[in-house]
Amino acid sequence: MNALLIVLLAPLAGAVILALFRPLRWAGWLNVGVSAVSFAAAMMLAWTVATVGEVAGFTFRIDAFNVYLVALNTFVGLTTSIFSRPYMRHVCETGKIGNRGMRIYHSMYQTFMFTMLLSLTTDNLGVLWVAVEGATLATVLLVSLYRTPEAVEAAWKYFILCGVGIALALFGTVLTYFAAQQVISDPETGLLWSALYQRSGELDAVVMRLAFVFLLVGYGTKVGLVPMHQWLPDAHSEGPTPMSAVLSGLLLNVALYALIRLKMLVDGSLAGTATPHLAGQLMMGFGLVTFMTASLFLHRQRDIKRMFSYSSIEHMGLMTFGFGLGGPLATFGALLHMLVHSFTKSAIFVTVGHAAHIAGTQSIDHIRGLIRTQPAVGWSLLIGVVAIAGFPPFGVFTSEFLLLTATMQAQPWFTLPLVTGLVIAFAGLFRHLQPMVYGAAPPGQRPVAANMLPVLTHLGLVLWLGLSIPPFLTSWLDRATELITGTHLL
Amino acid sequence: MDHFLNMAPWGLALLQALLYAALGPLLVGWVRKVKARLQNRRGAPIIQPYRDLWKLFAKEARVAHTASPVFRSAPYIVFVATWLAAATIPLVATNLPTAAIADIIALVGLLALARFFLALVGMDVGTAFGGMGASREMLVSALAEPAMLVAVFSLAMTAHSTNLASVVEYHLNSGLVLRPSFLFALGGLLLVALAETGRIPVDNPATHLELTMIHEAMLLEYSGRHLGLMEWAAQIKLVLYGTLIVNIFFPWGIAQSLTPVALGVGLAAIVTKLLILGAALAVAETVLAKMRLFRVSAFLNLSLLLSLLGLLSHIILEVGA
Amino acid sequence: MIFTSLSLLQQLVLMLAALVLFTSFALLAQARLVSAIHVFAWQGALVAAVTFVVAMTSHSHHLYFSGALTLLLKALLIPWMLHRLTRRLELDRHVQSLDRPALIMMAAVAMVVFSYWLVLPMIQQEQIFTRNIVAISLSVLLIGLLTMVFRQQAVVQVLGFMSMENGLFLAAVSATSGMPMVVELGVAFDVLVAMVLFGVFFFQIRESIDSLDVDRLNRLTETVEDGN
Repeated sequence: MNALLIVLLAPLAGAVILALFRPLRWAGWLNVGVSAVSFAAAMMLAWTVATVGEVAGFTFRIDAFNVYLVALNTFVGLTTSIFSRPYMRHVCETGKIGNRGMRIYHSMYQTFMFTMLLSLTTDNLGVLWVAVEGATLATVLLVSLYRTPEAVEAAWKYFILCGVGIALALFGTVLTYFAAQQVISDPETGLLWSALYQRSGELDAVVMRLAFVFLLVGYGTKVGLVPMHQWLPDAHSEGPTPMSAVLSGLLLNVALYALIRLKMLVDGSLAGTATPHLAGQLMMGFGLVTFMTASLFLHRQRDIKRMFSYSSIEHMGLMTFGFGLGGPLATFGALLHMLVHSFTKSAIFVTVGHAAHIAGTQSIDHIRGLIRTQPAVGWSLLIGVVAIAGFPPFGVFTSEFLLLTATMQAQPWFTLPLVTGLVIAFAGLFRHLQPMVYGAAPPGQRPVAANMLPVLTHLGLVLWLGLSIPPFLTSWLDRATELITGTHLL
Repeated sequence: MDHFLNMAPWGLALLQALLYAALGPLLVGWVRKVKARLQNRRGAPIIQPYRDLWKLFAKEARVAHTASPVFRSAPYIVFVATWLAAATIPLVATNLPTAAIADIIALVGLLALARFFLALVGMDVGTAFGGMGASREMLVSALAEPAMLVAVFSLAMTAHSTNLASVVEYHLNSGLVLRPSFLFALGGLLLVALAETGRIPVDNPATHLELTMIHEAMLLEYSGRHLGLMEWAAQIKLVLYGTLIVNIFFPWGIAQSLTPVALGVGLAAIVTKLLILGAALAVAETVLAKMRLFRVSAFLNLSLLLSLLGLLSHIILEVGA
Repeated sequence: MIFTSLSLLQQLVLMLAALVLFTSFALLAQARLVSAIHVFAWQGALVAAVTFVVAMTSHSHHLYFSGALTLLLKALLIPWMLHRLTRRLELDRHVQSLDRPALIMMAAVAMVVFSYWLVLPMIQQEQIFTRNIVAISLSVLLIGLLTMVFRQQAVVQVLGFMSMENGLFLAAVSATSGMPMVVELGVAFDVLVAMVLFGVFFFQIRESIDSLDVDRLNRLTETVEDGN
C-alpha cells in the first residue's frame, strides 16, 4: 500500500515542485529523479502483487493486469525523462521555448504521469474517467508548447476531439452506474470495478450494451481507433518529441486498458443473452478497420513523426483486435504486444527526435543519410523500424505471431486481412525509411549530442523478449490473462 | 316546450357564432386603444372599428374592370369560411351541438380555404402589389401551417381527440398539470397566431407601406362592403386565434353546462381572458419591431421547432415510461 | 406511468428538463456570441434547478450539494469567465449565424428522436419518473456535439462542449440521482481546468491565425501535406 502511495504521490509532488522550480539546470534532473522514484516504487508494488496476489483498499485495486501496466508506465516514463533532459535543453537553447515553457513542460510531464498512474490503479470507474480526462488536459498544453500555428491547431483538435470522445465515455459510465444501481444499492461501491465485476452477471444486458457502445467510442477516441483517430497524428507530430513518446507508449495503452476492464463487465452481463460476444466483436471490428486504415495511411506521410504515429494507430488497432478476439492466447499476445510496442515505439520516437535535430526538420524528404552523419541514431532508427515492423528476432514478432496464431484458431478468415495489413505497413515504413537512413547526407549536416541509453535499453529489452521471454514475465502475463479471460494459457 | 328545449342549444350555438362576429371589432379596438395608450396617445374609442365597418357597408363597392367574378364573390367566401371556422371553437360553452364539428382539422381546412381565396383575389386584378401580397401570404402560411398542425397534434395526442371541445374538457377535468408539451405548443401557437393574423413582427396592420405589407396588399383593390367584409373577417380571425389559445391553454371558466349562471360566468371569463391577451398583444407590438420579410422564415421555423419540441417532449416525457 | 399521476413537483422536473432541451437548440442556432453565452448560463441554471427539484422530491441530500456546484460552475463562473474572455478578445459584438439553419435544426430534431430510440429499451423497464429525462440528456449531449461540429467559432465550440457536460450531468441526476461525490467533484474540477485551458487557447489561436474562426485552422490535413 505504501508503495502505491509513493507511485502516485511522487509524480504529483513532482508536478507541484517542478511548476514552482526555477533553476532550469536542475529541473531536468529533478524530473528524472521523480520518475526514478516512482519507477522504484512501482517495482516494489509489482513485487508485493507478485507475492500477495492483489493489493486493494481505499478505492484502489492493483492486480496482475494493471500492475504490469504501472510498471511499464513508470519505466517508459523514466527512460523518456532521461532522454528529455538533454533534448529539451537543446530545444530551449534553439529558442523555441522559453523558461516558462520549460516549467510547463516539466510540470505537465509529471502531471501526465500522475493521471496515467491514477487511472491505472483506481478501482472506481468514475475516477478512471476523471483521470483519463485529466491526462488530456495535462498533455494539451504540451502539444501546443511550441506555439507555432500548426502546434496550436493540433492542440485544439486534440482538445476538442478528445473532449467530445471522453464526454461520450462519461455517458457510458453514467449508464454503467445506472445498471449497477439496480444490483448494488450502496452508492459508494456502485462504481467500483471489482464490486461490479463480481456481480457482472446480474447487470442489465440492455443498458450495458448501450453503455459499452458509448464507452468504446469514448475511450476508443483516446486509443486512436479509426475514425476517431484524427487528433493523434497531429498531436504526435506537433508536440515535443518526448511527449510523442509517452503519448504513444502510455496514453494509448491506458485508454485501451480502460476498454478492456469495461469489456470484462459487459461480457459478464451479456453472457446469458443472444449476443454474448458483442463487446469483443465490436472491438474486433473497430480494431481491424483501424489496423487496415492506418497501414494504408503510412504510405502517404511526409512528416516522420506523423508516419510513426500512424504506425502507433496501426498497432493499437491490432491490440484492440486481439483483446476483442478474446481467449487466452489472443489476450496473452495482445498483452505482450502492448509491452513490446510501448518499448519499441518510445525508442523510435526518441531516435526520431534526434534525427529531426540532426536534419533540422521533421519532413521525411529532407532527412537523409543518418547513418553517415551519426551512426548511432541511424542504426537505432533502422533497428527500431525493423523491430516495429514485426521482424524476428524482436519481441514484436513474437507477439504478432501469437496474435496471428490465435486468429487462425478462432477466426481463420481474419488472418488474411491481418497479414495483408502487416505487409502493407511494412512496405510503407521501409519505403520512407531507406533513404532517410542510407541516403547521401546533405552537406553541412553534423551530429548532435544524443543520449542513446534509453533507446538501447528499450531495443535491448525488445530483442531479449524476442529471443526468450523470462519466466517471471510469462507467469506475470499469464496471471493477467487469467484475470481477463478467466483461463490460463500455460 | 320539448321542441324549444331541443332547439335551445342550437340557438346558443348560433348566439355564440354571432358573438364571434360581434367580438371581432371590439378586440381590435381594444388592442388599438391599449397600444395608443402605451405610446402616450389618447387613441380612437374602442368602438371605432364598428363605426368603420358601418361606414364601409354604407359605401358603394367599386370593382376594377379587369376583375373576374371571383373578385366579387371572394369577400363573401372569405368571411363565411372564417366565421364558420370561428364558430367551431368553443367560446363560452363546451357542449354545444356545434361541438361535434369542432374539429381541429376542419378548422385548419376552413382557414386554408379563406386564405386560398384571399391570395386568389390578390392576383385577380393583376396589380403588382396584389400579386406580391399574395405570394408573401402563401410563404407565411406555408411555413406557419405545419407549425400549427404539429402544435395542435401534440395537444390532440394528450386528449386523444382532435375535437376541440373534448380537448378543452379533457384539460378542465385533469386540473392543473404542468405539461412540457403544452408550454412548447403554447409558444409555437403564439408565434403562428402572430404570423397568421398579420401582426408585428411579421406584418404591420397599421400601415400600407408598399415594401412590407402582406395582408393589406391583397385588399388594396377592394372598397365599400367588400372591403368591410374582408376587414371583418380579419378581425374575426384575430378573435379566433385568441380564443383558440386562451381556451385550450387556460380553459378555466368556460361553461360546461348550459345553465344561465354557467353561461354568464363563461362569457365573463372569455371576455376577461381576451382582454388580457389583447393587452399583452399590444404590449408585444409596442416593444417589438417589425422584422424583414426574409427573417420571417426564421421566425416561423422557430415556431415549427417549438411545436416539434412540444410533440417530442409529449412522446418522450409524458408517454414513454 | 401516467403523467397526471405525478405530483406537481415531479411534473416541474420534467418541464425544466424540456426547457433544458430547448436551450440547447437555442445555443445551436444563436447567432450573437454574447446571447449564446447567456443561453448557456440559463441552461446551467435550469440543470441546477432540475437537480434541486429532484433532490426535493427524492430527499437525497447530496444532490443539493451537486446542484449548488452546478449553479456556481455552469450558471455563474463559466459564463462569467467566457464573458470576460470575449470582452478581452473584443468579440462581444461577434455575430455568426448558421449556414443552413433549417437543415441543422432538423438534424438536431433527428438527434432527439435518435436518442429517444436509443434509450427506449432502457427506460421502458423503470418506473421512476426521471428515467424519461435520460433521453433528453442524451439529446442535449448530441446537440452539443452538433454545435461543436457546425459552429466554426472557437468560443461557441466551447459552449457546445460545456453544454455536453450539462447533458452528462443531467443524465447522472436523472438516471442515477447523481454520481458518487468523489466522481462529481473530479468531473467539476476537470471542467473548470478545461475552461481555464480553453481560455489560454483562445489567445493562442488568435495569436496564430488572427481570428477565432477555427475553420481557418486547416494546416494539418493529409492533402496539404501531399502538396508539399
